[in-house]
Amino acid sequence: MSGLTPAAAPQVGQPVTATSGGARLWRSLGGSASILVILVVVLAIVGLLNPRGPEPVYYLSLLKRAAPLAILAAGQLFVLVAGEFDLSVGSIVTAVVVGSAVLTNGDESRTLPVVGLLLAFGIVVGLVNGLLTTKAGVPSFIVTLGMLLIISGGVLLWTAGAPRGSITNNLRLLGRDGLKNVPVIDQLPYAAIVILVVGLAAFVLLHRTNFGHRVFAVGGNARAAALAGANVAVVKTAAFVVSGVSAIIAGILLAGFGGLSNNAGEGYEFQAISACVLGGAVLGGGRGSVVTSIAGALTLVAIFTMLNFLHLPVEVRSAVQGGIIIAAVAYASYRQRTG
Amino acid sequence: MSAATTSPGRAGLPARMVRGIAAAPAAPVYLVLVILFLISWVAVGIVGSGQFLTVQNVTSILVRSVALGVVAAGQTIVIIAGSLDLSVAYLVSVTAVMASFIMQGEADRMVLATGVVLFIGVVVGLVNGLIITKLRVNAFIATLGVGLILRGILNASFNNFAGRVPPEYQALGYDGLGPIPYSVVLLVVVVAATWYLLRYTRFGHHLYAVGGSQEVSRLSGVRSDRVVITAHILCSVAAVLTGIFLVSRLRAGAPWVGTDGAYDLESIAAVVLGGTALAGGKGGVLGTLAGVLILAVLDNAFNGLQINAFAKDVIRGVILIAAVALYVARARRAPAR
Repeated sequence: MSGLTPAAAPQVGQPVTATSGGARLWRSLGGSASILVILVVVLAIVGLLNPRGPEPVYYLSLLKRAAPLAILAAGQLFVLVAGEFDLSVGSIVTAVVVGSAVLTNGDESRTLPVVGLLLAFGIVVGLVNGLLTTKAGVPSFIVTLGMLLIISGGVLLWTAGAPRGSITNNLRLLGRDGLKNVPVIDQLPYAAIVILVVGLAAFVLLHRTNFGHRVFAVGGNARAAALAGANVAVVKTAAFVVSGVSAIIAGILLAGFGGLSNNAGEGYEFQAISACVLGGAVLGGGRGSVVTSIAGALTLVAIFTMLNFLHLPVEVRSAVQGGIIIAAVAYASYRQRTG
Repeated sequence: MSAATTSPGRAGLPARMVRGIAAAPAAPVYLVLVILFLISWVAVGIVGSGQFLTVQNVTSILVRSVALGVVAAGQTIVIIAGSLDLSVAYLVSVTAVMASFIMQGEADRMVLATGVVLFIGVVVGLVNGLIITKLRVNAFIATLGVGLILRGILNASFNNFAGRVPPEYQALGYDGLGPIPYSVVLLVVVVAATWYLLRYTRFGHHLYAVGGSQEVSRLSGVRSDRVVITAHILCSVAAVLTGIFLVSRLRAGAPWVGTDGAYDLESIAAVVLGGTALAGGKGGVLGTLAGVLILAVLDNAFNGLQINAFAKDVIRGVILIAAVALYVARARRAPAR
C-alpha cells in the first residue's frame, strides 16, 4: 500500500516498496499474467482484421459469445485448484439448455421457478460429484465422466432424442440482450455484467476468503492441509458445488443465443479446462487464478474469431486450441524449472 | 496371494493365466461379468427375444468387444505407467480414413496402407510421449492437445467417406478361422501379448515401477522417460489396430468413426472398470478385457430386451462409478491399517 503513496516512502526504499506492490498485484493475478498480454494482442489483431475496424460493439458481441465459457472456466478453476477434474459441466450446460426449453415451454411466468430448479440441480450434481470423490474415494475423473454419461443419457431419455418446447424470451434476455442507451457503446450486454459479477464473486471467494485459501491448501497438499485442520472432503465438495452452479449460469447464458439441441454443451468441459490451463492453472492442484482463467476463456474465443476472419476452415479451431494448450503448459513448466 | 507369486513356472500357460486372473485385483470384475451374463441370459430369455446364449449372439458380443478391447489394451499400458491417452479416438479416425483413402479399393495397396497407418501411429505415440516427458506437459493436456490437432487436420482434409476398402481387406472384419472370426483372434492376440508384456518382461515391470512412483523408479535406475514414451507408442499402435479393424468392417473410412465410438473416454472407462488404478502402478490387461466384455454384454442385453438406447449411457455411468467405488472400498478394507 505504502508504495502507492510516494510521500509515505521518501527514502531509498521507495522503488523497492513500489515493486513489491506490483509484485503483490502480480501474485494476486496468479503469477501467470502473460495470458493478459496475449489476450490484448489477440484482441488487437481481431480489431485490425475486422473490415469495419476495431469497433467497441464488436468486442462486446465477442464478450457475449465468450460469456458461457468464461463462467464455466471460473467454476472449473475451483475444482482444478483443489486437485480434481470436473468433466460433467458440458452435460450440465446441455441439461440447462434443453431443460429450460422443455420446462418453461415459452411460458414466461415459469422462468423464475425453472431457474431456481436448475440451480438446485447444479448444486445437487456438484454435491454428488464431490461426495463420491471424497467419501467413496472414486477418482474425480471417473466420477464426473460417469456423471457426464448419466446426465447426457438422461437428457436424451427425457426428451426421447428430440427436445421440444421453447425457451422463454425473458430467459433469453440474459445471454442475448443488454442495457440500452449506454453512452459510447450504445448497448451493454447483460452477459458482460454477468461475467463481471460472477468473476468478482469467484475472485473474492477463491483469493480473498478462508475457504479459498483452503482450496489452494487442499490442492497443493491434501495431507498437509488435513493435518493443518482443513476438512478436505468439505472443501473439495464445495469446489464441485461451485463448478456445478457455474455450469448452470453458463447454460442459461448459452440458452440466450445458442440453439436448442441435445449436444449444446458438448466439448465445453475440455474448453473450460483448456481456458484455466491457459490462465496458468496446474492440473493436480494448488495453482490458478480466476482473473487469468477468465482471460484464458476470452483468449480462446478471440482466437476462434481471429481464425474466422482469416477465412480458415472452422475445423482448424480445434487444431489451434490443441497447439496452444500444449505450448502454454510446456512454457509454464519450462519457466517453473528454470526458476 | 504369496502362494501365487512364489510358485510360478511349473504350471502350464493356461493354468498360470487362470491363476493370474484369480490373483489379479480385478478378480471381482470377472465375477461381475459372469453374474451380468447370467442375468442377461435369463432376462432376455424371459422378457426379450430369447436369443442370448446362441453362437451367433455370443460371437456378436465378442466382435463388438474387439474395437474397444484392442484400444483399451493399449490404454491399460499407459494408465499403468501413470499416464493416459485422450488422443486415441481421433487416431482411430485418422487410421480409418487414411487406410481407406490410400487403398482406393485396390487390393495391392493393402500392405502400403497398413504400413502407413502403423507409421502414423508410432509417430503420434512418439509425439505424445515426447511432449509428456521432455516438455513436462501433463498427460491430460498433452494428449488432449494432440487429439485436437489430429481432429483439426482430419476434419479440414476430409468431411465424408474417403476412398474405398477392397473386399480382401474386409476379410478381417467378416471372415474367420472356422467359427472364430479373425477379429476375435486379433483381440485375443493383442490382449495376450499385452498380458505377457506386463507380467513377464523387464519393460512391463518398469511400467509398474514408473506408474507407482516416477521419481523413485528413476532414482532406482529406470529410464522412466523411455518407459513412458514406449508405453505411448504401444498405446497409439493399439489405437491404429482398432482403426484398421473398424475400417475393415466398413466399406470406406469416415472421419467420425473414432469419435462416434468415443474410444477415448470409453477405453479409459473400460480400463478403470477392469480394476486398473487411474493413478498408475496397479492393474492389468485381463481386468480391462473383463471391463470391455461387461460393456459389450450390457449393450447386447439392452438390444435383446429392446430397452431404450438412451438409457444405455445412464446405466453405463452408474455402473462405472459404482464399480470403482466398490474397488476402492475393497482396497481400503484389505490391507491392515
